[in-house]
Amino acid sequence: METFVPALTIFILALFVGFEVITKVPPLLHTPLMSGANAISGITLVGTLITSGARLTTATEILGFLAVAMATANVVGGFLVTHRMLGMFRRKD
Amino acid sequence: MPKEEAFAKLLYLAAAVLFIIGLKGLTHPRTAVRGNIIAALGMLLAIVVTLMDQRIVSFQIIVAGFVVGGLVGVIMAYRSSMTAIPQVVAVFNGFGGGASAIAVGAAYMEALKGEWIEEITIQFTSSVAMAGLIGAVALTGSAIAFGKLQRLIKERPVLIPGRHVINVTLLLICLGLGTWLVVDPTGSFPFWAMVGVASLLGIMLVIPIGGADMPVVISLLNAYSGLAAAGHGWVLNNSVLIIAGSLVGAAGFFLTALMCRAMNRSLINVIFAGVGTVVATEAETEDIYAGRVKSASPEEVAMLLSDARRVVIAPGYGMAVAQAQYAIQDLMLLLESRGIEVDFAIHPVAGRMPGHMNVLLAEANIPYDKLIELERINPTFRQTDVVLVFGANDVVNPLARDSDPSIPIAGMPILNVDEARSVVIVKRSLSPGFAGIANPLFAADNSLMLFGDAKEMAMDLTTALKET
Repeated sequence: METFVPALTIFILALFVGFEVITKVPPLLHTPLMSGANAISGITLVGTLITSGARLTTATEILGFLAVAMATANVVGGFLVTHRMLGMFRRKD
Repeated sequence: MPKEEAFAKLLYLAAAVLFIIGLKGLTHPRTAVRGNIIAALGMLLAIVVTLMDQRIVSFQIIVAGFVVGGLVGVIMAYRSSMTAIPQVVAVFNGFGGGASAIAVGAAYMEALKGEWIEEITIQFTSSVAMAGLIGAVALTGSAIAFGKLQRLIKERPVLIPGRHVINVTLLLICLGLGTWLVVDPTGSFPFWAMVGVASLLGIMLVIPIGGADMPVVISLLNAYSGLAAAGHGWVLNNSVLIIAGSLVGAAGFFLTALMCRAMNRSLINVIFAGVGTVVATEAETEDIYAGRVKSASPEEVAMLLSDARRVVIAPGYGMAVAQAQYAIQDLMLLLESRGIEVDFAIHPVAGRMPGHMNVLLAEANIPYDKLIELERINPTFRQTDVVLVFGANDVVNPLARDSDPSIPIAGMPILNVDEARSVVIVKRSLSPGFAGIANPLFAADNSLMLFGDAKEMAMDLTTALKET
């Protein structure tokens, strides 16, 4: 319980921060918003690293590899595709 | 807490702050590129800090995962077209959710061996169950969304009889297995069984939803992968995961609500009603069109355009499929060179994800201040001489103003293109749009049909206009 309540507190407060920031994003940029947010959700990579770097059995080794690869693709691909998209909204002048 | 641990936690906090500043950058096109880079730096910081973690003793698996995942990410990000952006986001989203589910599974199995954490607490097991359940639904749900968007599987809703009962049963089984995991954390069977059933649930939840409702589904799955990441953060008691997951969850739920409002439908209706299953027959549409549909040639439309002072272009998914955005940009430049004012009318659910049309038009170098959202463009149609509708149907269907509940799009805010002096609809045929109903706009007195592919017709119009 001693870690549960602080974790829940952070979670709820971050939800409010998220709503505050995101409601100000104009519809023009909703696609990049979604792909950018999606890249951030690749933060799960941090968790997969901790799990996969430990001394593991073969089973968890395979799982760890899969998780790291998927999360990396999410992060790298997500930020790059967002970057590519946002480049198109640059003013051409 | 040891000094190094406190330091690592402070750096995680810095990473979380960078995510928030990065998202804030997305509030304006001028700051958006920088915002995305700031968020990416936050991610890099979080990863570097994690790699310093004492618990990581072997780097082989990590390096292998980085290489394989990095390659997949780079290739997908650069090889995909802007039309396919919804699919790409769906895939990345599925990866994120899947990674959460698999990683908490591995963490749980390690914990069972007595490594990893001192004691298996209820918080640990319940977070494992939550991240496993939501992550698995996000993984398979995204896979089905990808399949539908890529047309690998039927885009129209697939309604399995008794699906509500099946879905509730699957969810209850998941919750039961999750409870088992929490109450008796001695084996990994309940976890993997739960992940298996949740994967099936993800498929069942998305398969009855049609292509045009994908903006809602993608937003919702995005929220799920955020929640799975937050759950993963609870498992590891790691604040950056919790904050980032929560931010993404907020973004996903906000866009989900916005898309639902743009269709005047509840989330429940979008997910469960299977809109788009019933398609109007020719006999039904014949009543509405009955000889009143006027077809025009590109030359006739060009004449109309050359006399106009203000033209509005209303794009839909048909423009995306035909890749017509560049041809439309040529047409826009020609019209503007003749002193004709051109704007674009963007409906929030036009396309397959929120803001899809904006990205496609920006790709074709159309300045973003010409992309006008529904509330701002609607009052201007009365002063518009010609509206060119490219591959949009339901979002310009006047039947939406009807309150008859048998009309699937009743009450949906639409682009009031019929208020313009003339409306030209560029479309291959009179076939109904996704909602499966006829569109009286096609038979209106001030409407002309220009039958053909959106790209070809945009090019033909440009050619014809040059000759007038």
